[in-house]
Order: sequence, then C-alpha cells, then structure tokens
Amino acid sequence: MKERLQELKEEALRKVDAADGIQQLKDVRVEYLGKKGPITEVLRGMGKLSKEERPVIGQLANEVREDIAQAIEVKQTGLEEAALEEQLEAESLDVTLPGRPVQVGGPHLLTSIVEEIEDLFIGMGFEIKEGPEVESDYYNFEALNLPKGHPARDMQDSFYVTEELLMRTHTSPVQARTMGLKNGSEPVKMICPGKVYRRDTDDATHSHQFTQIEGLLVDKDVRMSDLKGVLNAFAKQMFGAERDIRLRPSFFPFTEPSVEMDISCKVCGGAGCSVCKGTGWIEILGAGMVHPNVLEMAGYDPKEYSGFAFGMGPERIAMLKYGVDDIRNFYINDQRFLKQYHKA
Amino acid sequence: MLVSLNWLNDYINVRDYEPDELAEIITKTGIEVESVEPVAEKATGVVVGHVVSCEQHPNADKLSLCQIDVGEGVLQIVCGAPNIAEGQKVAVAAPGAVLPGNFKIKKTKLRGEESNGMVCSLQELGVDEKDVPKEYQDGIYVFPEDVQAGDDAISLLNLDDIIIELGLTPNRADCLSMAGVAYEVAAALGREYELIAEKVEEGSEKAESLVSVEVEDPEANPYYGAFILKDVTVGPSPLWIQNRLTAAGIRPINNVVDITNYVLLEYGQPLHAFDFDRFGSDKVVTRRARDGEKITTLDDQERVLTRDHLVITNGDKAHAIAGVMGGAESEVQEDTNTILLEAAYFNPANVRQSAKDHGLRSEASTRFEKGVDPGRVERAGLRASELLREYAGATVLQGVVSYDQLDRSEKTIDVNTTKINNRLGTEITREEIASILERLQFPYEQSDEDFTISIPTRRGDVERFEDVLEEVARIYGYDNLPYTLPSGASQAGGLSLEQQLKRRVKAYFEGAGLDETITYSLTSEKQSTMLVSKEVAQQAAAPVKLAMPMSEDHSHLRLSVVPELLQSLAYNVARKQHNIAYYELGTVFISEESEVTKQPHEMLRASGALTGEWLSHPWQQEKKSVDFFVVKGIVEGLSDLLDIPMTFEKAKIEGMHPGRTANIMADGKIIGFIGQVHPKLQKEWGLKETYVFDLNAEKLFELYEKEEAFEAIPRFPSVSRDIALVVDEDVSAGDIKETILEAGSPLVKQVLVFDLYQGEHLSAGKKSLAYNLLYLDPERTLKDEEVESAHENILQSVKERHAAELRG
Repeated sequence: MKERLQELKEEALRKVDAADGIQQLKDVRVEYLGKKGPITEVLRGMGKLSKEERPVIGQLANEVREDIAQAIEVKQTGLEEAALEEQLEAESLDVTLPGRPVQVGGPHLLTSIVEEIEDLFIGMGFEIKEGPEVESDYYNFEALNLPKGHPARDMQDSFYVTEELLMRTHTSPVQARTMGLKNGSEPVKMICPGKVYRRDTDDATHSHQFTQIEGLLVDKDVRMSDLKGVLNAFAKQMFGAERDIRLRPSFFPFTEPSVEMDISCKVCGGAGCSVCKGTGWIEILGAGMVHPNVLEMAGYDPKEYSGFAFGMGPERIAMLKYGVDDIRNFYINDQRFLKQYHKA
Repeated sequence: MLVSLNWLNDYINVRDYEPDELAEIITKTGIEVESVEPVAEKATGVVVGHVVSCEQHPNADKLSLCQIDVGEGVLQIVCGAPNIAEGQKVAVAAPGAVLPGNFKIKKTKLRGEESNGMVCSLQELGVDEKDVPKEYQDGIYVFPEDVQAGDDAISLLNLDDIIIELGLTPNRADCLSMAGVAYEVAAALGREYELIAEKVEEGSEKAESLVSVEVEDPEANPYYGAFILKDVTVGPSPLWIQNRLTAAGIRPINNVVDITNYVLLEYGQPLHAFDFDRFGSDKVVTRRARDGEKITTLDDQERVLTRDHLVITNGDKAHAIAGVMGGAESEVQEDTNTILLEAAYFNPANVRQSAKDHGLRSEASTRFEKGVDPGRVERAGLRASELLREYAGATVLQGVVSYDQLDRSEKTIDVNTTKINNRLGTEITREEIASILERLQFPYEQSDEDFTISIPTRRGDVERFEDVLEEVARIYGYDNLPYTLPSGASQAGGLSLEQQLKRRVKAYFEGAGLDETITYSLTSEKQSTMLVSKEVAQQAAAPVKLAMPMSEDHSHLRLSVVPELLQSLAYNVARKQHNIAYYELGTVFISEESEVTKQPHEMLRASGALTGEWLSHPWQQEKKSVDFFVVKGIVEGLSDLLDIPMTFEKAKIEGMHPGRTANIMADGKIIGFIGQVHPKLQKEWGLKETYVFDLNAEKLFELYEKEEAFEAIPRFPSVSRDIALVVDEDVSAGDIKETILEAGSPLVKQVLVFDLYQGEHLSAGKKSLAYNLLYLDPERTLKDEEVESAHENILQSVKERHAAELRG
C-alpha cells in the first residue's frame, strides 16, 4: 500500500505540474483528493491492515494528501498570478495620450508685480493702504503742496469730474489721508498701490489709466540715508542682488529734497547699451524727503517729524523686467498676453 | 532747454570735458541731461567762397556757371540754385570735402562744363529745415559781407557745435537761461562764473519825454520797464546771434526780433519790441482786459479776452496779451524806426491762465509762468538795448521808464551743520558746507556750526531749510550718502482682512480656471449703464461723467465691470481665440446725485465673463461649452469658500437673456446677477453664447466671518435617502430644496439634486426631480423611525406647497 500511495503522489504531482489552467487544477484536486479519489479508496482499504501498519499508512496517506494539496495551492497561486498579469497586460494604456484638461487661470501681470512689491515691503514692516480713485482736489493736489495755479500741476494734466473732484493722478492722496488720521503724533509706515488717471492719449508708452505704488515713512528722525537704504533693499530684492542703485536730483512738489532712483542696467551691467540709452542706468522711481508743507498740512510738526516717500509704476517695472514693449497690452487683455505671465 | 556748448564755453570753460562726461556731471548734480547731440551731422572741407562772376550756363537754362574765389584760388562751379548771384559770399564744398551723409565732393562735368565743387544750402550742410531762415529755404545760403573767402564755413555757421538738452523740472526755471545754466554748471564743476554787467551807451534824449507807464493791477504786473530806441534799421542779425538762436531751436527772423529772443535765451527774461510809431500813443497802460475785448495777435488770430487776461494797452487799445503774445498792429516791420522795448515782470499764475486760455505756449510764456529772476528784468532790457545799438543801429534813449513794485530782496535762511547731517544721515563738515555754498554762489555768514544764507534772486525755488538741504545734498553727491535703515520703533506690517480676502478670492477664481483681467474704469456713456446689477442701478442716479473727456470711449465712470469684460472677450474672439474665461476684481463708481458734487461710492465688484468651450477632451469624446451652470458652479464655489449662503432668483435685466438670468441674493439682499448675455447683444459684440456673473465683493467681505472655533467632525453616522418628485415644469428646483430643508429641519443637513427628467414617461408640462437627502444628528445615532417620520413630513410639505407627487 505504501507503494501505491507513493505512486499516487507522484502521479498527482505530475498532473499538477502539467496543469495549465485553473479548471485542470480543479480536476486534479477532485480526481485525487475527492471523496471518490484513489487516496480515499486507499484509506478505505485500511481495514485489512494490521494494527501496527494502520497508523503508519494513515499518516503516510495524510502526508500524501497534504503534499498534493500544497502543490495544487502553489500551482494555483502561480496560475492566478499569471492570469492576472495577462489580464492587466491586456488593459495597458497609451500613456502618451493627453489627459483630461483642467482649466487653469492666473493673475494679471500687474497684480503679480504689485503683490510682489507689497510682500516685499510688508516684510519691512509696511502696511498696505488704499483710497478713492475719484479724489478731491484738496487731497490730490493741495494737501501735497500743489496749490491751485501751481505750475507743477501741468506735469499731470488731469481728468476732472467737477471743479473739486477729479480722477486721482497719483496714489499720493492716500498718504495725505493716512497721515491726516494720525493726529500728528504717530509714525506712519505704509505703501499704497492703485489705479491712477492722466490726460494722455493711449499709445505704446502712454495710458490714460495706469498703476502706481507709493510708499511713505514718517517718524521722528527719519534720514535721507534711510530712504537710500530702504530703496536699495527693495531694488536688490526686486531686480537682483547684483544691481546697484543711484539717486539723482529731481523735483516733486511733495518732497524736498527730491530724487530719482536709477538701477544699473541688467542688459549691459552698466557699460551702456540701447536698453539704457547708453547711460548704464535705468530710471525706476521717484522719491524724496516729505516736504514740510505736506507734513504740516497733515498735522505733523516738521521740526519734530520727518519722513520719506517714494513712488513707482508697476507697468514700467513690468516693461523693464519682462520686456513688454507696449503699455496698452496691460489693458487690452489679450489672452495670449495674459497667459504668458502666469508664472511671473 | 537746448544748451549750445560753444555758447556755454564763452561763459565758463567746459572744453576740457568730453560732452558725455559733462552731461553725466550735470545729471548727477542737479539737472537731467536728456540728450547730447551734434548740431549737425559732420561736414568737412567747406569754406567761404566769394562769387567773382556768375553767368548763365551755356547749355542749361536753370544752371549758372560761376567763378568762385575760395581763398586759395578761383574755382569754376556749376550751380543750380536760383538765388546765386555775383558778389555773394557762399559756402563752397570744394573737391575733397565731405558733406553730411558721407557725401564726398568730386570734380565733375555738368552739361559739358567743368564743375569743381558745390555751392551749399544750409540743408545740405545738415541744418534742420525748420531752423533755416525763410529766405534761404529754397536756395543756397548767403553769408553776411564781413566774412572772408577761405574761412571755415562750418565753424562760421556753428555747425561744429554740440547741443545738450536739459530736462528741466518745474522748480529749476533758473536754468531756462544760458546764464542760469552757467551758474549751475559752475557749481557742478566747482568753477567761476558771473553774468557780466551791461554797458549801454545812451543818447541824450530822455525816454520819459516820449513815454509814460501806468500799471492798474500791481499784483499781476509788479514791474513794467519801457525802453525807447530810435533810428532802428531792421535787417538780418549778425551771424553769431543767428547761430545761437538756431542752436537753441529758434529760427532767426530779423535783428530786432532775434535780439529780443537772444536776450530771452541769455537772461531768461522775455522781452517784447513794439513799433512805437504804430503803438498809437505816448503812454503804456497795463490792465486787466475787459470781458469780450478783442485783439489780433502776431499770428493774425483774433482773440477774445476776459478779465482773467492782462493786456498791454496804449491807454485805450490792447497791443499785447501780457507775457504771451504781441498784437499784430504794433509788430516790428521792415520800416520800423522807433521801438518801445518792454521788460516786465508778470505774475506767473496770470500768464499761465492767459497762455492756457488762448492755447499759446511760447518760449516767453513758459518763462513767465515759472517765474523770472526779479533781479534780471531791467538788466535784460539794458542788454537788449546794448545789442540793438550795436546791431540795429539804434539810438538808446536815456533811462528806463518804469512802474516798479517788484520785490527784489534776497531771502535769508538759517541752517545748522548738525541739523543738515541729522536729516541726511551724513557727517558733512562745516567747511564742506561752506565750500558747497561758495560753489553755488550763495552768500553766507557763518558762526561755528550755523550759517545764515542769502539766496540770490535767480534761485526763487530756494525758500526754506529743506531747499538748502537739497542744494547741499546734491552738490555733496547722493552717491556719498550712506545706506542706513530706519531706526524707529518697528511695526508688524501686513494685509488687512479685506486685502487678504481679495487675494483669496483671486486665487479661487484662478484655481477655478479664470484669468484675471484689468480693464479701464472710464468707459463710453453707452457702456457705463449696460449690464448693471439691480442694487447698483437702484443706488446710482446716473453714471459719473468727466467734465472734459478726451474721447467718447472714456467719458464716463463705469457702473459695471461686465461690459468691459465683454469688450475684452470680443477682442479675443475677433482674433480667433474663442475659449475665454475672465474675471476681474474692479471698482464701480456709484453716485446718488444726478449732478455730482460729492465723491461717488467706489464699490468693489467681482465679475466674470466666459465664452466658448469650457472643457474639450476630444479623443475621449468629452466636450462641454460654457453654460449657465458652469458659471453658477463657480459662483457657488465662492459662496462655499467664504461660507456665505447665496440664493438665485430668476430675474430680467436689460441686456441679459430673459430666461437665463438670475439675481444673486445673500443676507436677504441682491448682491449681483448671473446669466447669459442677450443674444442680440452677443451678436453686437461678435460673441457666441456668453455667460457672465457680477458680485458685490464689498458686501461679501462685509458678510464674511472669520472662522474662530473648530467644529467637531460628526462621530455618528448619517442616513441617506432619495426621493423623486413629479411637479409642474415651472416649479423651481431651488424652491423645492428650500421646502425640504425647512420641513426636514434640523435633521436634514444636505439636499442635492441628482436627476432631472422630462419626457415620454411623464405627462406633458411635468418634470421629475430627484433629490438625495442627508439626515444627521451630531449627538447620536438616528433611529429609522425618526428618519421615516421626518421624511413623511417632507413629502407632506412638498405636496402641499408644490403639488409634488412621489414618482412611482
């Protein structure tokens, strides 16, 4: 009987090995391990055996059963995996086909520039202030040392609504308004971005509406060297650590002394080229020490308080930084233009 | 201001600097040099030639055959200019000469006659057409008698000059004169300069015997000086004067006009010469014009005056608009014999008004407007008299007849070394300050650290400590200022809640697929009232309009951003970009007054416009055009983001599709609208189906409540139930949802439509709406009976309110 069991085992294992499908494997299981299978038959015939032989054969039969069952299981796992692999292979995709598009929008280039500048000055402890675009003549001009009839009002011919109201020509009135709220005693540290308007015919370099960002710091003992330090920090962060700045004398009615700030030309590094018109420098912003009349009108004592202010045009910065050559691009909203600068 | 370096060099030596180098120094110390340009393109080998003979060319009607003495010999030259004549001194480009444009002159034959060079016009020598005197515009240039054959014509005509253009800021009116520029350059370079005193040889006859001066409005005209010059011979002015005018961009006319213009350039003081015989009286009266008074000015325009304008009269009739332009009647002409020369100080604001009202901005008015040097008014009259005597043969009558209330006092300003350093952040010594004041030629008295400075009248812009501070700083050099950071108490800085929300809303729209735009606030009248949200329309009496618009396209302030967005869409669609999704956070301007007197309310709106395909994924056959619900989804997303519930109510808005438009409500009020643009309007813009939304962002930010406390995630399971209801097709899904929420309160937390059906399985005029309801009690697990009872209640309510039947 031992031999018979051994024979059956080998026979079964051969069949397991030969099976190449789940069904075949199932047949093998039924054939050898089923109730009518040869091993059961062997066990049934055990009655004829001696007492001593019975447990030996019984154990052997169980071992054979287990061996066969295990072989089937191993084989089955292998076959299932192969089948799954085959199925997955059949499901494979062309990964180079395009995906389902997700609509992605983005900010306007001017917003990107304005927010970059805002964040930079927030880092230096400045607040962001905003104010009305239809402004009173008083805040737009008079509070800024531009009384009626002042020749410098020509510099910025304006859109009036009434004799006393106009489209603001700069964001400086926000400075006057903010200072006016402080009762002449608290420091002010703010920047104010916004839309401004001037009587210009729209062309490549002029726009009747454009953007401005102005900054103001008023405190006791503010020095002009502080202005230079703050502008230098701004220029290096905005345009690159390798850029230098220089201040040139200029004139604004609301500051005295007044300066213009240039940065060294990125294209030629200061040697002179067509971008900087051969000077090596590019004008970026106007600045100066707040005019004592402006401080006085806002309620500050100019003997005790001093301050600096600066103003710049995000359009100009964008034009310099990204080579935009026509200011109208900022307001036409050509999708091809807008999409270009979403990473800016 | 155009500055001739040849002229400037007469006052102060600048030859040892390269022009570009000089320009850099001037720019860094005070005045921006805008350009450095040669007066004409380079020409060489051009000399003065004396036309010995000039005959008709034997073979050509329009050519002359000339023998011209060029100093080193006589050349035969064929010339085509109509104005060439024997005896003239002309500019000759001999063979070997090079004219502008690298035009090389060679010996040649013209119609059989040898021609050894060319007689030149000014244009051929590189002079700008507009600067060429009238008589030489169509021919060759003829020198005055006193030049010698063989002289260098280029240098005689000042064509080797370099012009630097100064970009003057309004405060630096002192540099609207060559003398002023010389003072400035002297300070910049640390050199000496002083305006030379005038020397006039006067006749014995007294000016006051011929003329008197009366001023009615001393504030508008604090000084009026009248000089009388007799026996004037009007003719061309000397070449050097002509050259200097040309270099400054002023066309030479005749000696009298040229000399007044020359002194204007030299001293910065405008002068006016009247033909005294045509002036019509022996007294000058300056007064305000009468309303409606008329004058014909030098440009032959009749101008109507008002009380705002100051005029120079003969006691009766106006002969000039003060500081702006003279009258035609008393204009200096070829036969003028006696001149009344005016040197005056007119109030800047008054001249500004006159110049503006008459659209006459001239070299003269510009200077008066900015304020001339009170110390130089009379001196300019003397200088012109001196030149007229010398170059127009005038006899200068003795004395100036004047009205004089002019303040010529020098301001004094006290400054202190420490104060200067504290303000600049520098450590400038008092010796350095003293040396800077000397360079500026500001007289001062010093006592240790303290300076008392007298400000010369030419520097009317220096009025107080800060102005002196600027003078010191600019000469000291801004490059020499240290870099420091403000030392005051630091503050945190940052964005306000509203500013943070603005950024958040922008990021949301961009994440939702919209591009940000920035459009114009000023729009056309028509567009200003288009597609305006109801709550804005109710508040606004009328759109705010500009007093004096520049164009019809930008005449009114917008009441809605939507039309501007549509314009941007139309721009793109016209350029074959058909799929556009834009948003803008922009201001609209609401005035409650129909005639604006107060500042309008500036309201921030969040608006969007979308057209074309929203999704296109062709190879998987997925394609979706923008529709109402795409746009509504975007608005609802914002509602979720800000946690501000919004509802939508069907509405009719002009310019919008009557069946596909809704008002958006929040907090019980209209806060905007959404919908499809009316097909007629779409067609006008050249747009296909286009959907827009417009929201009152200001209101949204007001309603926004910052999440303060954490809300626990529910620990108990929710129960989901579906119901399908059959209702009349005009019953709105939103109303049913409201009913469900109300009837199911507080257990029903969420109601979602998941199916809408209309068709053959339903009777006509009916639709089926299927909702998924979520029941939840955050405190415990719900029992089936509770849900059942709530569900029953809901069914009862929708039946009562909407005649809804459960779909079988």
